[in-house]
Parts: sequence; C-alpha cells; structure tokens
Amino acid sequence: MSLLYTTQLTRAFGGVIAVSDVDFAVEKHSITGLIGPNGAGKTTLFNNITGMDVPTSGKVFFKDEEITGMPAHSISRLGIARTFQNIRLFKEMSVLENVMIGRHFKTGKSMTSGRLLNAVRSYISMKGEEKAIYDTSREWLEFFNLDKFRNESARNLPYGSQRELEIARAMATEPELLFLDEPAAGMNPQETDRLMATIRRIREQGVTVLLIEHDMKLVMNICEQITVLNYGKKIASGNPLEIRENPLVIEAYLGKEE
Amino acid sequence: MLSFLLLILIYTGLYAILALGQNIITGVTGMLSLCQAGFFAIGAYVTAILTVSYGVSFWLTIPLAGLFAAAAGALVGLPTLRLKGDYLAIATLGFGEIIRNVILNWDSLTRGPMGINGIPMPTIFGMTINPYKKWGFLLLVWVFVTIFYLLLKRLTRSRMGRALEAIKEDEIAAYAMGINTTRYKVWAFMVGAFVAGCAGSLQAAFTLSVTPNTYTFMVSVMVLCMVVLGGMGNHIAVIFGALIIQLAAEFPRLLGISSTVPPQFKQIVFGLILVLMMIYRPQGILGRKRVNYDQLTGTLEQESLLLRVRRIIRIGVKR
Repeated sequence: MSLLYTTQLTRAFGGVIAVSDVDFAVEKHSITGLIGPNGAGKTTLFNNITGMDVPTSGKVFFKDEEITGMPAHSISRLGIARTFQNIRLFKEMSVLENVMIGRHFKTGKSMTSGRLLNAVRSYISMKGEEKAIYDTSREWLEFFNLDKFRNESARNLPYGSQRELEIARAMATEPELLFLDEPAAGMNPQETDRLMATIRRIREQGVTVLLIEHDMKLVMNICEQITVLNYGKKIASGNPLEIRENPLVIEAYLGKEE
Repeated sequence: MLSFLLLILIYTGLYAILALGQNIITGVTGMLSLCQAGFFAIGAYVTAILTVSYGVSFWLTIPLAGLFAAAAGALVGLPTLRLKGDYLAIATLGFGEIIRNVILNWDSLTRGPMGINGIPMPTIFGMTINPYKKWGFLLLVWVFVTIFYLLLKRLTRSRMGRALEAIKEDEIAAYAMGINTTRYKVWAFMVGAFVAGCAGSLQAAFTLSVTPNTYTFMVSVMVLCMVVLGGMGNHIAVIFGALIIQLAAEFPRLLGISSTVPPQFKQIVFGLILVLMMIYRPQGILGRKRVNYDQLTGTLEQESLLLRVRRIIRIGVKR
C-alpha cells in the first residue's frame, strides 16, 4: 500500500479547475517527482495534501488514514513536512532558531502530563526541554552542514544555503514524508549537485521524498517514480524512462507536431 | 517637586506593565493591536467593584482583574484572528472603545460617568500603602514591573515564545511547522490582556477612584508608542520606552513651564519622536536582542541565579 495517496482530488477556484480528479500515490521509501509545465497545478496539489488549502472534492490518505481538510499543523504532526516554492524562512531569527521551531511539537507531548508542573520546573531551569531542543537542532544543522552559520540571521545566508536551511527546518520535525517544492529553483549547477546528494542522504534516513521540480536533470537522476500533471490533470506516471518516452508528456512540454 | 517626580515614576511603572503586555501582542507576535486601554479599564473596574461593593481583598483582585481582562482578550482575539495589520488595528481599536462605552453605560454596575469612588487603600502586613505618600506605591508598582518583566522574558525564551515569534516572521511557514497559529494568537492576546488587567488593578488602588474617561484610545496609542520607541520584542527596551514617553509627556510641568506651553504640545512632541524614530531607528532605541542559545545551554550554571540558589539548597539537603 502506498504511504500517501489521493482519490479523485479536485480543487476549483471559481471556474478555474486547478487540480482535476487526480489519483496520485507516493510509495514508501521512494523519491517521487511531480512535474508539469507552469500552472499545471503542482503546487495546488501540494497545498491540498499538506492542509494549506482544502480540496473541493476528493480525498487524501496518509498511512491509510484520511487527512482531507485537516489543518496544516495537525498534518505536520502526523509526519508530513514541507518546504515552499518561494523560500519562507523566519528571516530575522537565527539559523539555529529556525531549526528549533522545527522541533516545536516534538517536545510538547511530554508536557501533556503534568503540564503545569513542567512549566514551573522549566521556569527554574532552562535545561530539560530547551536543552533537548537545542541539541537536536544542532544535530540537524550538522547534517546539512549549516552549523557554522547557526548564530547568523537566516536572511544573511547565501541563497543555496537558505534553501538547505528550509529543508533542515522541515527535517527537524522528523517527518516520514518530505515535500520539496522546487528545491533547486535558482541554484547553480554545483549547488544542484549538492542538493541531489542531500536528498539521497535524506532518503537513507528512511524518509520518503516527494518533490516538484523543473530541473529535469535532477528529476531524471534521483526520482524513481514520476507523475506528470498538465492543466490540472494527471497525464502520466511511471519511472523516468517511461516518462521520457511518453508521447503525452512530450506533447505537454514541447507542443504537438502539426 | 519630588512628589511630582515620584508620581511620574509611578505612572511610568503602570504604563511599563501595559507596554510589557502590548509587547507580547505586537512586539513578539506581530499583531497590531490598539485595545490595551480596554483591558486596562476592565482590570481597574474589576478591582474597584470587588473591593468597594463586595469587600474583597485588593491583593486577591489583582489576579482576578487579570483573568477578567484575559477573558476579554480571548473575546477580541477569536473573531479578529483573520485580520492582519491595519485591519486588525481598526478592529481592536473599535473593541477598546466598546469596552469603554459599555462601562460608561452600564450604570447599575459601574455607576456610569460618575465612576466608582472610595476604593480602600491596600494594606500589607498590617501596614497601609498610602497612595498620597507615594514611596510605598512606587515600590509596589515597580515590584510588579519586575515580576512581569521576568515572567515575560522567560516566556519569550521558551518554546512557546519562539512559536509566537515564528508567527510574526511568517505565519504560513509557522503553520506548516506544526504550530497551531490560531491557538497561539489567541493565547498572546490573553497574556497581553492579563498583564494589562493587573496594571488596571494597581491603577485603581493608586487613584482610589475610577472613571471611564481615563481609559481612552489615547492610552492605547501611548502604550503602542512605548513599544515601538523602545524596541519591538525587547522587554527591557519597552520599559525604557515607557519612561521616555512619560518624561516627554510631562516635561513642561517638570521644567515648570506648563503655564507657557499649551497642553496639546505633548502630542506634538510624541509625533516628532515617532517621525524621528521611523527615519533614524525603525527597530526602536534598543531593537531586538537575539538570544544566545550556545551560552544559555552551555554556561547556564553561571547564568541563572535561580539555578544557583536551587543547587545551594540541594547541597544543604545532602549534608
């Protein structure tokens, strides 16, 4: 069974149907690509799955549980983390603090029993919860090679590192499924190569990766499964080789031969 | 003259408490709210009504005033959550005025425009804190400023405080990171209102009478100015901002030129200060101070006085 799947997912904005009847699945431990020309509905599909937007009709299942229409904060607690197409970092906060936010709900649960007692205790000592958040955040920064920047403002990082920091922040929530919305956008070839290696390392951690990307070199290189959207409809899905040769995909990207 | 200076310092303390509350709402969470005066009024009236009509001890009415104000804060927070920036400011401004108008017209409870007089002076250990003598009250107010400063500073350095700050920086990203933005925003309003309610309680005990026209929109604006002037999100800066605004407001009387300078002059001074700030130092006089987590977690043993005291106690017990 797939880790995540949608059934006939549709999202209409008035008369514009951004996503139309999409049956889409992500297999566990895979790196899955979601591609399509501009305006094909990729980000809308992302938003509808992650709870940033509510589908008009259709259902979303994660680990065989329906998550359609759940608020984004609940969905991220279930184990889906995401990044954004236009980087959304907490710009005035430090790099470390950005990742610490990713740990937000990881320590909250222990507080449900004896919440007040815990609050009093943590007032007296900053250790305990804060120290745990700090230590794990440092580990994630090490993983992405960003630890040297930890006391910098997030806005001062080079562009490629900002993208990496966004992924680090998402990974700090320890998701089972990571959504990357155009992670390589605006990166130079070296940065893209590094990103590919990073995505592979993330998968080695047992995390399933779903990514939207326009950089075909990256997509064809690291994705095992690719789904293609055009005008809100799924037109193909399969492995990179199949996709490369699919006439519908070629038509969507290059137009039809007269 | 000394008496007048003490009076200014007492009011600075009251405003500093209001500004600390406003700082949680506006400085940390980034919601432009203009109803601190409303929460202030609720706190003052809760103390006035409970002490005068029901004979409740003043000390007990402080937390009660805070709780009533916090409830009002939740009431403001919930319906206005979808609003941002200017729209939120207008909605909360309206709410502050609604509170004042309800107080003004609810004659049976608040005696309307006449206000409530004869609030008993607070006593502690058999001693009366006489507002006319000022020293005792000055101490009382600044003890509260210190308490709220420490509490709120600790709060902003916790996981919850970081969540509030994340909401200010990017609400959508915060939402995606598993932060229940709705709950935290209401919560920020409640904390800010609670603090303002306690300030209201102290003010009622100081002036010994409350009237609705004390809690006008101008109070909210002044409190907001203090936060912006001091530095958004920085608690000590906000207290500093309260002092500067108070001195600016009272300087004609301090210099003894109040007969030659019209009272409206203080608005001109405010305006001038704000314009100059926006041009030369938009982040406020002190700006936001970043928490050094390396130091906090590493050298905490030397940092925290409370921790040291606790260790000494523990060693004592072991012996």
